[in-house]
Amino acid sequence: MTIWIIEDQCDGCKRCQQACPYESIEVTDGVARVTDRCTSCGACVAACKKEAIGSDITPRQVPDFSDHTGIWVFAEQTDGHLANVGLELLGKARELSVHLNEDVSAVLIGKNVAGLCDTLAEHGAHNIYLVEDDLLEQYRTIAYTDVMQALVKEYKPGILLIGATALGRDLAPRVSRRVGAGLTADCTELSIDPDERILWQTRPAFGGNVMATIANRYSRPQMTTVRPGVMEKKTVTEGVANIIRFKPRLNEADIRTRVLEIVKEKKSVTDITEAGVIVAGGRGVGDKKGFDMLQKLADLLGGALACTRLIVEQGIMPQHAQVGQTGKTVRPEIFIACGISGAIQHRAGMMGSRYVIAINNDPKAPIFQVANWGIVGDVNDIVPEMIKQLSNGGTL
Amino acid sequence: MNIVVLVKQVPNTTKVKLDPGTGNLIREGLEGIVNPDDLHAIEAAVRIKEENGAKVTAVSMGPPQAVDALTQAIGMGADQAILLCDRAFAGADTWATSLTLSRAIEKIGEYDLIFCGHQAIDGDTAQIGSQVADWLDIAQATYVKEIETISDREIIVKRRLENGFERVSCQLPALLTVIKDLNEPRFAHVERLITACTQKAPIQIWNAADIGVSTCEVGLEGSNTHVIKTFTPNFKRQNEILEGSKEEVVAKLFERLKKSDTTLAHIF
Repeated sequence: MTIWIIEDQCDGCKRCQQACPYESIEVTDGVARVTDRCTSCGACVAACKKEAIGSDITPRQVPDFSDHTGIWVFAEQTDGHLANVGLELLGKARELSVHLNEDVSAVLIGKNVAGLCDTLAEHGAHNIYLVEDDLLEQYRTIAYTDVMQALVKEYKPGILLIGATALGRDLAPRVSRRVGAGLTADCTELSIDPDERILWQTRPAFGGNVMATIANRYSRPQMTTVRPGVMEKKTVTEGVANIIRFKPRLNEADIRTRVLEIVKEKKSVTDITEAGVIVAGGRGVGDKKGFDMLQKLADLLGGALACTRLIVEQGIMPQHAQVGQTGKTVRPEIFIACGISGAIQHRAGMMGSRYVIAINNDPKAPIFQVANWGIVGDVNDIVPEMIKQLSNGGTL
Repeated sequence: MNIVVLVKQVPNTTKVKLDPGTGNLIREGLEGIVNPDDLHAIEAAVRIKEENGAKVTAVSMGPPQAVDALTQAIGMGADQAILLCDRAFAGADTWATSLTLSRAIEKIGEYDLIFCGHQAIDGDTAQIGSQVADWLDIAQATYVKEIETISDREIIVKRRLENGFERVSCQLPALLTVIKDLNEPRFAHVERLITACTQKAPIQIWNAADIGVSTCEVGLEGSNTHVIKTFTPNFKRQNEILEGSKEEVVAKLFERLKKSDTTLAHIF
């Protein structure tokens, strides 16, 4: 797109020069001239009284993407183990496919991973793009990106879903840039707009205070990452998939990273944003002893201990355990609020939790408004009882 | 060695205001802070400068007041800073933002390392680093929690994974996105801050023409994704108060959790 001066009509009035935000118009010998600083913004076109500025700037049009069809799911695997999130996304993809009447495909990349195809088929993949190569034994960003780019170019999917794991969040943006597609991060809801037949991607914004629905009209595939545990796994009855083997052209020299060592650490759930269960304490818990009790409950549930800002300020718990506007935003399956009144700043950090349980001796505490189930009572009575019943239950 | 650090100014507020037309955040009038992860990126760059010798350039895209974030970067030890500031950049998604940043880095010219924070607290996308690396066609390492060694040709880092970490060798030039475990950011040096606030401050402001992009490539217009609506979710839940003795209420609670559709129902 360019801007040009129709010299016969230009009277050298300099209006365009004044209108240009980029100092890209010079007026010499009574005629304007556009320099290479021009960004085609069009500000000068509107300023000219003599219609002496030509431009071919056209409003943005939605391209025809009818050749891009199918919903793809990146099936993440490490050491031959599929990540759950890939199966969860297949479940969602099958649901979306009903509205689009298109196939669901899994993309499986690695070395000697063909054995995982059955599981993908059982969870809803109609097709599996299977890419095996010695160079793909370990995940490396550029190698995987090259493979994804080649697949997208060859088979033209309409939608591509990737799990928001450490691997997925490394890969997805790189793939999106490479294939020229927009990418929406960490969606919690996906649906198909019935009129435009495009993917509506909904995600929390600004600490979960607002939900934003995002569309990707101008590029394909419509790419989205989804955090683990947000969608549900489903199994399908037919469970047989069409396997398409794809041989990428890969060079070790192009990949530019080498994995020297992978060190597995015993998982201690200190990062509260990754915990499935959070036991959080506030003013009503009292002191360190009270938090030791909450820790015991968290341990029994395989969860993490968190707290409100006040508790951090009192030095009872470290800052990284703080939930809220000035702490962390968490979205666990289960959030147990113990002795927390539920100020808006705290609620902002935990409202995205799947189930909220509130225990507080003040029945008017605002935390109850956002709880699924509430228990009015003293934390020091209720929590020990929870520990007792969990220990007796024998399920752990 | 030349190091570029990408810095974002983010709103520090409990009040969220959105533009009803575009659905984007209205940033005017909000107090800005340097995105927390980016402080670790600045610190990493400055430590390399101190140990190995390097020129550190901080780059930010944002409204005029985002210059404050760059002032802080200089206060912490960056040598110079560039603010990418143009109305045409406004409303950008990560595609358009990463393009803008990449063009600026290309204009800066020589670089061996690019540091950025893992993610920003306002958008939480964690996309910019990987996208910039791909625009520039260089190696990347995300979730960097430790830098082991740096030579002229490679950097060896530890990357945090879900269940541990991996040690990766990355060819230079490379882009690293860093997490909080990497270091403890220093406070800005007061004298450096004062210098950074003067007329002679080594801060340049570049617009779309300066980096050679057309306005339709950047900002809202150049974006691939667009917000089509925003809404306040209804956070109210059923708020069922369980009643009875403590044994009864806990039993009732566990029963409801067991029957719920939570993926963790089996625990109870």
